[in-house]
Amino acid sequence: MDVEVALHVNGTPQRLTVDTRTSLLDLLRERLGITGPKKGCDHGQCGACTVLLDGRRVNACLALAVAHDGGNVITIEGLAENGDLHPLQNAFVEADALQCGYCTPGQICSAVAVLDEAAAGVPSYVTPPGASTVSLSDEEIRERLSGNLCRCGAYVNIVRAVRSVAP
Amino acid sequence: MTTFAAKTVGAAIDRLDGPDKVTGAARYAFEQPVAHAAYLYIVQSTIARGHVRAIDATGARALPGVVEVITHENAPRLASTEDPELVVLQSNAVAYHGQIVAAVVAETPEVARHAAALIRVQYHEEPHDVELHAGREGLYQPDPENVGFEPDTHHGDVESALKTAAASIDVTYTTPHEHNNPMEPHATIALWEGDSLTLYDANQGPHAIRGDVATAFGLEPERVRVISPHVGGGFGSKLFTHGHVVLAAMAAKLVARPVKLALTRQQMFALVGYRTPTIQRMRLGTDNDGRLVAIAHDVTVQTSKIEESVETAAVVTRMMYAAPNRRTSHRLARLDVPTPTIMRAPGECPGVYALECAMDEMALACERDPIEFRIRNEPERDPGSGKPFSSRGLVACLREGAQRFGWQPHTAPAKRRDGNWLVGTGVASSTYPTRRRPTTASVRVNTDGTYRVQIDAIDIGTGARTALAQIAADALETPLERVRLDIADSALPRAGGAGGSMGLASWGTAIVEAANALREKLRTEFAGNVPAEGVEAYVEVGRNPLAERYSMHAFGAQFAEVRIDADTHEIRVPRLFGMFAAGRIVNAKTARSQLIGGMVMGLSMALFEETVIDKRFGHFANHDFAEYHIASNADVLDIDAAWIDEDDPYVNSMGAKGIGELGITGTASAIANALYDATGLRLRDLPLRLPFDI
Ligand code: FES
Ligand code: FES
Repeated sequence: MDVEVALHVNGTPQRLTVDTRTSLLDLLRERLGITGPKKGCDHGQCGACTVLLDGRRVNACLALAVAHDGGNVITIEGLAENGDLHPLQNAFVEADALQCGYCTPGQICSAVAVLDEAAAGVPSYVTPPGASTVSLSDEEIRERLSGNLCRCGAYVNIVRAVRSVAP
Repeated sequence: MTTFAAKTVGAAIDRLDGPDKVTGAARYAFEQPVAHAAYLYIVQSTIARGHVRAIDATGARALPGVVEVITHENAPRLASTEDPELVVLQSNAVAYHGQIVAAVVAETPEVARHAAALIRVQYHEEPHDVELHAGREGLYQPDPENVGFEPDTHHGDVESALKTAAASIDVTYTTPHEHNNPMEPHATIALWEGDSLTLYDANQGPHAIRGDVATAFGLEPERVRVISPHVGGGFGSKLFTHGHVVLAAMAAKLVARPVKLALTRQQMFALVGYRTPTIQRMRLGTDNDGRLVAIAHDVTVQTSKIEESVETAAVVTRMMYAAPNRRTSHRLARLDVPTPTIMRAPGECPGVYALECAMDEMALACERDPIEFRIRNEPERDPGSGKPFSSRGLVACLREGAQRFGWQPHTAPAKRRDGNWLVGTGVASSTYPTRRRPTTASVRVNTDGTYRVQIDAIDIGTGARTALAQIAADALETPLERVRLDIADSALPRAGGAGGSMGLASWGTAIVEAANALREKLRTEFAGNVPAEGVEAYVEVGRNPLAERYSMHAFGAQFAEVRIDADTHEIRVPRLFGMFAAGRIVNAKTARSQLIGGMVMGLSMALFEETVIDKRFGHFANHDFAEYHIASNADVLDIDAAWIDEDDPYVNSMGAKGIGELGITGTASAIANALYDATGLRLRDLPLRLPFDI
């Protein structure tokens, strides 16, 4: 069955007719040609497809496009502002927090959300119980980014990149 | 051998494709814009042996949006069926669970997948044999002609030496099936224009893919073009051509329009290879001085019924340590399983695991510190070939690494306790051969002083794009910004793939030689003045003649600290440090990443990775990332790599040894040895899992 959905993607309104089975990831990649979000598993197990949906990180492969009519999507392509890269994007290059680069858009989108989550005081599994604020220690960064696999094994540099940007 | 003044080479330069990769601008195979493409989805066999009796595709064909269903009945016949991996849908035979038995072409990915699920396949099933274990029937010695190496070697008399040795060990190590699992699933877009085929393909070397596909379809190689600008890792699984690439080209021909195929993560487990399980018996003996008198390494591995492929796990033992009596052997079982392929450091990775754990056991059995024991058994020449080493930095790495890590010499497990943690440290050697392939390259100089370097090299995440530009800049004595490098397209000068840690060594040498040829041509033919149309030089560089005279290898020493939770028995690796000797390091930043990346994969191998075959059905039961766990961010704590200065004028024009595989060798052994130090328990089967009762 086909239905019409409207989405804002990286600030641009999009209206398209999609198969109800179309994932947000396939909508972005196959319909809009926005291929920054990657497909590593299509099962919510690797994080390569991470995008920001209404301000929160999601696995786009697990989100059905029809379920997010009216949604606001930011992908790796939409992180730069006025031509300036997001500080995390620069930090990833500087720290060599990537090798093949296939997990990288997901890592960075995830990390953008991690900065917001920490600023909002959202605890993780390793946050001391009762803590009123969250500071992004290496342990916190590792824990919060463990949904983003990197087969090239760039983790120590990813942690370094995120730490360099964290307040 | 040529050398050049390194200015850019050696520097820690940011990855040149970094900006494209952090902005999403880098496009991988499946992401290339191709108009009017249809989607291909694969149907896999659900039996491990037998044949297809009937296929009912009525439901699939009736689905709106389905363009074609392909089975062995209507698939185009291939011109060559020589490569058993590429013989897709040419008969009804089924040789392993997960083999391609049909495929659907449809207008959308959703329809293709739905239609594939509607295809009903009836099989005639025959009993299958999928289990490798020691001493099983049917083990045989592979024919050296077929497998390209000597399966067995003997020097002296191992049996008698072991009988009279002052101390000896006889132990068996095993490693499980492991899957490469590059983060980018294998993918191909196939596009025919008349008799010419273009493939956008995820691989480790376009030229090899081009050759295989041309042969399969009976085309002149020039009619096939393979383009692979960005590749999301490979670790061996993308080096050889697999059946799905041929299938994509076949489907595109049949439906007369471009076809896109991406394997799912689950499909990859059966279709693009894996590392065979290994069973490795190690026998070592020493004299009263802690010198090895004998070393024997007997390996049992598996291959498929369709192709003979051998994990050369004992080869490393032929050259690693001195001992007057030595033997190595490889035995093979042919099973109803997919063909294993190469996976990061094929042979060396599991082989070094067994050897370096056995060295630890032997050291402690003869009451020597593991580092001192290795140094004591350092050979003067390669014991296997008798050749001198072009350079061998193992002892330097052990010494320097020990100091930086803070190694405490010991001759018995320390079994330290820190609160609820059992703590231990371990060491192991790393090594990987240094080789080079024949390669071609061209360099052009323009009147504005810019250069264009062309070579069918590839960057699968290694940093080759950056390192090659650095090499070219130094070879041409020009700033990096003046070099434009074209790679990853089979239309460029022929080169071998990114495999066997030979990429940079081969490609860089060709670029240096092309730069020299250009300079010479400019001087002799143009009196040093670049004419309006520019000047180009093209070179073909052959094998390294010095490889006949020297044994060439990179070395390293890895140090691990392991902590075990006394209650849960969870194993953590808070510290992992690698000290390497790999000749000249071309890019200090990307090299460190590559070495660390290998160590992370080694940690993952030590603690997590295992694909389990369900012997009832013959399939890999845990075929996804939820059940085949690879190290995640939280699993990786403090990992670092460093290197000693090593000058090796024999290996290639840069004096650089390959490092793509070096880092994974030895990691699992260092961790296993540290686990022994912490617990006094010797676990010999990977992945490491502590028994309930310690
Ligand atoms: S592709 Fe979505 S989590 Fe892997
Ligand atoms: S950079 Fe290759 S998977 Fe992360």
